[in-house]
Amino acid sequence: MTQTFLGMPHAPAGVGHLHGDRPFPAAARDALADTQLRRNLGHATATIRAKRAAVVGELEDWEDLRRAGEALKAYTMANLDELLLQLETAVTARGGIVHWARDATEANQIVVDLVRATGTDEVVKVKSMATAEIGLNEALADAGIAAVETDLAELIVQLGHDLPSHILVPAIHRNRAEIREIFLREMPDADPSLTDEPRQLAMAARAHLRAKFLSAKVAISGANFGIAETGTITVVESEGNGRMCLTLPDTLITVMGIEKVVPTWTDLEVFLQLLPRSSTGERMNPYTSTWSGVTPGDGPQTFHLVLVDNGRTAVLADPAGRSALHCIRCSACLNVCPVYERAGGHAYGSVYPGPIGAVLTPQLTGAATSLPYASSLCGACFDACPVRIDIPSMLVHLRSTQPHPVIERASFGAVAWTMGSARRFRFGEQLLRLGRLIARRGRIRRLPPPLSAWTDARDLPAPPAQTFRDWWAAR
Amino acid sequence: MNARPPAGSARDAVLARIRAANSGVAAPAVPRDYRRTPTVSGEPLLELFVDRLVDYKATVRTCAPGDLSSTLVDICREWTIVVPPSSGLTVPGAVADDGLSHTQLDEIDAVLTGCAAACAETGTIALDAGPDQGRRAITLIPDRHVCVVRADQVVHTVPELLARLDPARPLTFISGPSATSDIELHRVEGVHGPRTLIVVLVA
Repeated sequence: MTQTFLGMPHAPAGVGHLHGDRPFPAAARDALADTQLRRNLGHATATIRAKRAAVVGELEDWEDLRRAGEALKAYTMANLDELLLQLETAVTARGGIVHWARDATEANQIVVDLVRATGTDEVVKVKSMATAEIGLNEALADAGIAAVETDLAELIVQLGHDLPSHILVPAIHRNRAEIREIFLREMPDADPSLTDEPRQLAMAARAHLRAKFLSAKVAISGANFGIAETGTITVVESEGNGRMCLTLPDTLITVMGIEKVVPTWTDLEVFLQLLPRSSTGERMNPYTSTWSGVTPGDGPQTFHLVLVDNGRTAVLADPAGRSALHCIRCSACLNVCPVYERAGGHAYGSVYPGPIGAVLTPQLTGAATSLPYASSLCGACFDACPVRIDIPSMLVHLRSTQPHPVIERASFGAVAWTMGSARRFRFGEQLLRLGRLIARRGRIRRLPPPLSAWTDARDLPAPPAQTFRDWWAAR
Repeated sequence: MNARPPAGSARDAVLARIRAANSGVAAPAVPRDYRRTPTVSGEPLLELFVDRLVDYKATVRTCAPGDLSSTLVDICREWTIVVPPSSGLTVPGAVADDGLSHTQLDEIDAVLTGCAAACAETGTIALDAGPDQGRRAITLIPDRHVCVVRADQVVHTVPELLARLDPARPLTFISGPSATSDIELHRVEGVHGPRTLIVVLVA
């Protein structure tokens, strides 16, 4: 139960992008009315599901890899304090500087101070969920520092003054025609004859960012994995914007959630197989960079690692919810989720949408939310999860911790009372038959408020003329 | 406003929270029943490697050890080439990297390197900034990468690949040319990294 963990602070409100400003049902209703959005999402998720299924099917030991990944994550969480200290020691020994942040506000302040100390007012960024979570771009902007997103999808979101809607492909809600319009409107150097062919759009992004990469002084990244044993940070990417940011600037600042630590270099062999096949549906993503501290004469000569809690220890404190921290941000659960496919990522009101978002966001924030109900409990997310996070069970657990509306509690109280005695139950059955009076052709289409909340979305079958008990007695 | 909390206090607080959350939690054993040794070797292994490279739009040239020099000259003849300063792999007219600036590297057509190891199952080449690979910037900024892979550098699986590498060195794993799936999840080759990857397999 949640009250056991009152001493463990959650991610604060008012900073970052975990606390949505609208409840899921209202936001989802608007999203469902957007036919263009539904077409874009349906097309994109169907494409990625097919690609993932094909490359996962190639590996006969896929289930063995999933079990190893699951156990490695559980092992890591159980030894998190020791592993973080080991990581800190290893990074420091190789010339890096490690910082710790209790929450988003503290992490942002650390990064702002580090960038200010370099004297630059522009940084290049590699796509990072952790920095999106803590609202780092806004904190930098408030300090007069421009953050240039270099991942193509993040660039589309940034130029479109939009919000990300997917963990892997933040602009999944945009189609090629919309992307072309954004580029023509927002890129001063864009060629007016630009078509909506994806290759041309990618080349426009290359031309737009090239000069920024070659002259950048400071880069900010996230981390996919931080290896405790060797102090090695790993960034997995596709476009080469990651390599540009991790290699060319003088200073590199990496923001990493504390749960991203991996015990040993050898353990990376599990995650480097699970992650690319689950996320982009590739055998291996085009580029993976690893570095351990600073290498003289090669890459950034100043390296800062910022370790962020921001509610993660509150998640860790719930035995039934802590495995949400095992997530490696592949987004496979989003792509298979019937709710995500229709409602899209914005409706979740958090940088973490979809099934994993529905369990991670409420635990990080500790706020009352309808997100655990944004699921049909079909279980596809568990089957797709590369580290076997039992999201459906966690959704049920989190539903039990959320406050329930008065009418719902009253209804279930009445049902419990009725079913508490055979006599009351029999009477209830007789009473239910009154429902036949408002049924038409065997269905009740509308009940009076507050029961209309049920019939707004579905018909109710008319109660039978004869109850089971009556039938049994007359048999 | 007071200054930031003293250094170490956030660290202590986070560690204390973790220890409180973890009290009574036992760590499980990690089952490693997945493949960690090769099931393919010899000619079929190299065929698998070439197949996976081609699938991700790399260009592959195979040559015998004695033909390497002429093959490289043939591939590189129309381009300006940069090579690491003490590389054993080079072509006539190549520029040795003596700390070229990013802008200078941007004006060079192609980079010629070796590699540290390669993985057939995923079509992956690993660079570790060794003498025939150089610092990371030279394999990143030029638009074409010509990479020589010897047959004895090719392993079957990802675990074997990682076992051959030293994480203390800066590593780059390359699987095909730069690509993106960010527009409608369709894969487009060639974004910021080298848009052309030519692998010369010496077997």
